[in-house]
Amino acid sequence: MAARSQRGDAADAALGRRSVLGLGAALTGSLALGRDAFAEQTDAAPPSDAPWSQSLGAGVVDRPYGRPAAFEAGVIRRNVPWLTAGTESSISFSPLQSLNGIITPNGLFFERYHAGRPDVDPARHRLMIHGMVERPLLLTMPDIMRFPSVSRIHFIECPANGGMEWRAAQLNSLQFTHGMVSCAEWTGVRLSTLIEEVGVRKEATWAMVEGADGAHMNRSLPLEKCLDDCLVVYAQNGEALRPEQGYPLRLVVPGWEGNVSIKWLRRIKLGDKPWFSREETAKYTDLMPDGTSRGFTWLIDAKSVITFPCPEKPLNGPGLYEIRGLAWTGNGKVTRVDVSVDGGANWTTAQLHAPVLSKALTRFSLPWRWDGKPALLESRVTDETGYVQPTITQLRAKRGTNSIYHNNAIQTWQVKADGSVFDVQLG
Amino acid sequence: MSSWADRVPAVAMAMLLAAATARAAGPGHFGYGTVPTPEQIAGWDIDVRGSDGAGLPPGKGGVSRGEVVFANQCAACHGTFGEGEGRFPKLAGGQGTLTDDRPEPTVGSYWPFAPTLFDYINRAMPMPTPHTLSSDDVYALTAYILNLNNIVPNDFVADRDSLPNVRMPNRGNFIWTDPRPDTKAAACMSACVDPATITITSTAEGKDLTPRTTGPLDDMQPK
Repeated sequence: MAARSQRGDAADAALGRRSVLGLGAALTGSLALGRDAFAEQTDAAPPSDAPWSQSLGAGVVDRPYGRPAAFEAGVIRRNVPWLTAGTESSISFSPLQSLNGIITPNGLFFERYHAGRPDVDPARHRLMIHGMVERPLLLTMPDIMRFPSVSRIHFIECPANGGMEWRAAQLNSLQFTHGMVSCAEWTGVRLSTLIEEVGVRKEATWAMVEGADGAHMNRSLPLEKCLDDCLVVYAQNGEALRPEQGYPLRLVVPGWEGNVSIKWLRRIKLGDKPWFSREETAKYTDLMPDGTSRGFTWLIDAKSVITFPCPEKPLNGPGLYEIRGLAWTGNGKVTRVDVSVDGGANWTTAQLHAPVLSKALTRFSLPWRWDGKPALLESRVTDETGYVQPTITQLRAKRGTNSIYHNNAIQTWQVKADGSVFDVQLG
Repeated sequence: MSSWADRVPAVAMAMLLAAATARAAGPGHFGYGTVPTPEQIAGWDIDVRGSDGAGLPPGKGGVSRGEVVFANQCAACHGTFGEGEGRFPKLAGGQGTLTDDRPEPTVGSYWPFAPTLFDYINRAMPMPTPHTLSSDDVYALTAYILNLNNIVPNDFVADRDSLPNVRMPNRGNFIWTDPRPDTKAAACMSACVDPATITITSTAEGKDLTPRTTGPLDDMQPK
């Protein structure tokens, strides 16, 4: 047991070193730094006393609004320049390879803009609710904050997450294959509270939600969903929404594709039909091989991915590791995640880590003793409806390769004998 | 002078409070905010419904006027004839390509509803200065782009009556009820596939498509 425990500690230590290594590698332009490089850095290791242990640190309010350690400078949102015409109507990806837990730090939450990030003055921002209502309403931010508040932890995922992988494995990176998902604690007022406050006329069955950005981004939502679990939020992980996430006010539509969670929310209009806006006809519709398209495909199906190891976080020699990952589903709760190290021939059920919340990221892990031989790592989630995450082959058989959105396929990481990890697809 | 509360017996006060809290939350329950004026509503009530054009404003615009506005406001990104510059969206062509290996979805080949085109140009375009064009100019642009796609004739004039009657070629190819779940994977646990048959069909290794994930942002420009 003692030997086993020591090896486990060694593996953990190696992981810790590797995260520091990211910066070292970036600074030197070398990816080949190994244990030897650490062995040379002895000025702070025992028996030496570290320089920071023999000096006075900075005082309180040295940084009135805190920021990550300088050594974490490489842990940032990143984009794929060739993906879009410019950065204003584009997307950035969360660095999932460097994150732990189910909450995405506010500065690392993925971004999706349709007309850039507006800088909205909360004092001049208004929310209008009108249309098929008894009593139209115009609310200021203080008005909205006065309503009964709730806090909920939910993921938001862009349905284009994994969209570049329909045809083949293309991006050798967890950040770029899966980083269009993030998860936060949202605080605000239930949309149902606001809708009850204006009163629904009986013919109303749909709502149009619209942003104050230059795109005046708008989507239609069934009134039933609005009254179920949607939130109009002004806070994210305890502080005001970030401008990137819709400051001062956004909608959160739990479990549905991210673009319906309208940011910089300024208007809600009730009606008796959907609006068929550009963002729910020309875009965010799924083209099938027979030329038909699916519209109003809101649900995020169950999905999971191994976040360690991954292309950005390779293995460092044989031994005991903890395979780690994230799972989520728009259907509610994750009930099980299975992990395979042989390309899907055999599976072992991983441990889910509390809290397991509805429509939130859920952590899983599985201890794995790597023998140093090539391996094919996969994770497969089952959700509370019994839905099982499919393979890319199963998805392609139904949807072809041109539907862009809603690729929730099992991800395969190829581990080579040297510990390096690659994005591959299996047949 | 005694307050209103001082003159109400405590029991009655408790009953009043209970009644207030037990009342089902109906319109105006909280009473926060204001009722917007018709002018306030009109200023923001810009949405146009794609399927029937509900919400289309007064005004009109034809193809030839649209060509002029397009050249000034749109062509820099979308190309003179809607062919798209760089990675900006192509607006015309692509009809008959939706089942191809590389489909070209455009207004003409893909969009199901013509009023949606008015709505989108009006709310989101031109990208640097959105929602600044007059309704007449937006109608004219709508007519021009439909004409580029050979959907309307050269003498077409777009207005609140004509646009809902434009039949878009791809209108009938949308399914508005989500058919998912469309896969039925099973959570097999052992000997699910013969390991000898497992092959890597594609790899991202060596494709040179992945930006750096360490250090500063990677612009992927040749150094």
